Amino acid sequence: MIRVDIAGKHFGDVQVLGRVRFDIASGETVALVGPSGIGKSTVLRIVAGIDTRFQGHVERPEAMAIVFQEPTLLAWRSARDNLLLTQPGLTPEGADRALAKVGLEGRGEAFPLQLSLGQQRRLSLARAFAGKPELLIMDEPFVSLDPEMAEQMMGLTETLIAEARPATLFVTHATAEAERLATRILHLEGRPATLRA
Amino acid sequence: MSIGLLLALWVMAAWLTADATILPQPWALVGPFRREVMNGELPYHLGETLVRVAWAFALAMLAGGALGLVMGRNPVLNRWLDPWLVIFLNLPALVLIVLCYLWIGLNETAAIAAVVFNKIPNVATVIREGARALDPAVDAMARVYRMSAWARLRHVTLPQLAPFITAAARSGIAVIWKIVLVVEFLGRSSGVGFQIHLYFQLFDVTMVLVYAFSFIVVMLAVEWLVLQPWERHTRRWRQE
Repeated sequence: MIRVDIAGKHFGDVQVLGRVRFDIASGETVALVGPSGIGKSTVLRIVAGIDTRFQGHVERPEAMAIVFQEPTLLAWRSARDNLLLTQPGLTPEGADRALAKVGLEGRGEAFPLQLSLGQQRRLSLARAFAGKPELLIMDEPFVSLDPEMAEQMMGLTETLIAEARPATLFVTHATAEAERLATRILHLEGRPATLRA
Repeated sequence: MSIGLLLALWVMAAWLTADATILPQPWALVGPFRREVMNGELPYHLGETLVRVAWAFALAMLAGGALGLVMGRNPVLNRWLDPWLVIFLNLPALVLIVLCYLWIGLNETAAIAAVVFNKIPNVATVIREGARALDPAVDAMARVYRMSAWARLRHVTLPQLAPFITAAARSGIAVIWKIVLVVEFLGRSSGVGFQIHLYFQLFDVTMVLVYAFSFIVVMLAVEWLVLQPWERHTRRWRQE
């Protein structure tokens, strides 16, 4: 169980987040939606532990994974090493299996920049699921993709989530994405932003 | 081609000068060069200088790199240390060399320290720019995946800094060996700089050129055989 209890978050004198409190159970997929600039990514960064300057408390597991808007790979390491370096318990064979699962069979030696953008995003997904995360965080993972690639990536993500069943929090401004992937939708609104009752 | 043109200009200048004590022909260096190699003088002094260059290079890269990294990542520290950096960047190399010899003594420690203190600000400045250009998203990713501090340094930070480290290393090695020669010229009893000082006092232009060119060739070899292959290695992931 992931427990998020944010009492407030300020950037300088500006309070961007008010009380934001929610839980995510194992196997549950929660979408956080709201207009651009409302603070969705800020909530996500707090939950991920990237932003620690806030009032409140977050209970999160050790095994976490994150998928950003961009693939955010180690471009200077091979595809296989991108998995091995972020998942220390993984064996090279396990990394190759994780790559195969996202359609990157035989590309373990390739550097990320030698892959297409679609393949880089698949690699980012492979990295996220290779370590069997208890908490998966996704920050608008399908934004800026063409409809065909977005459909492919959503299908792949659905399959991987169904297999691994992590607690998933993902941020999106696309209602259709939220309705398709999420088991529960949270709406962030107002200034400072809070969850809609 | 361009080296050939340079040689032709040298031959022409030596011919116009018509005085081997002022500017000998290039081929006039062959005999003295062979003699210095055979009697062991040239290898010995080259070795002494190379050891000093290696020490100074390693220490300056380590200290300057670490300083540049923390200054690039910590704005408060950068505000504090930036004026120091500006002062040391503008301090003439000769002043630092003389001060090191005066304060530490005419010894090996002072010689290497003088070179290191001269080079640290340059390395720090270059690496600081690299540290400012680090991708925060990759850093955030590494922290979410719980990469250890050592793994983050080795696999996240240093590879991003590699172009800046290479630039600092290449400009560093070019400057360091020249400063080492001045350091040896002023206060050591071995090394290429010492030999140049010796032959300067004897007004032996041929031997000055023999030692100078020998060391230039060695440093070009370091550039071609060590630095350039290493740079290609660090950039191999950029191949499309």
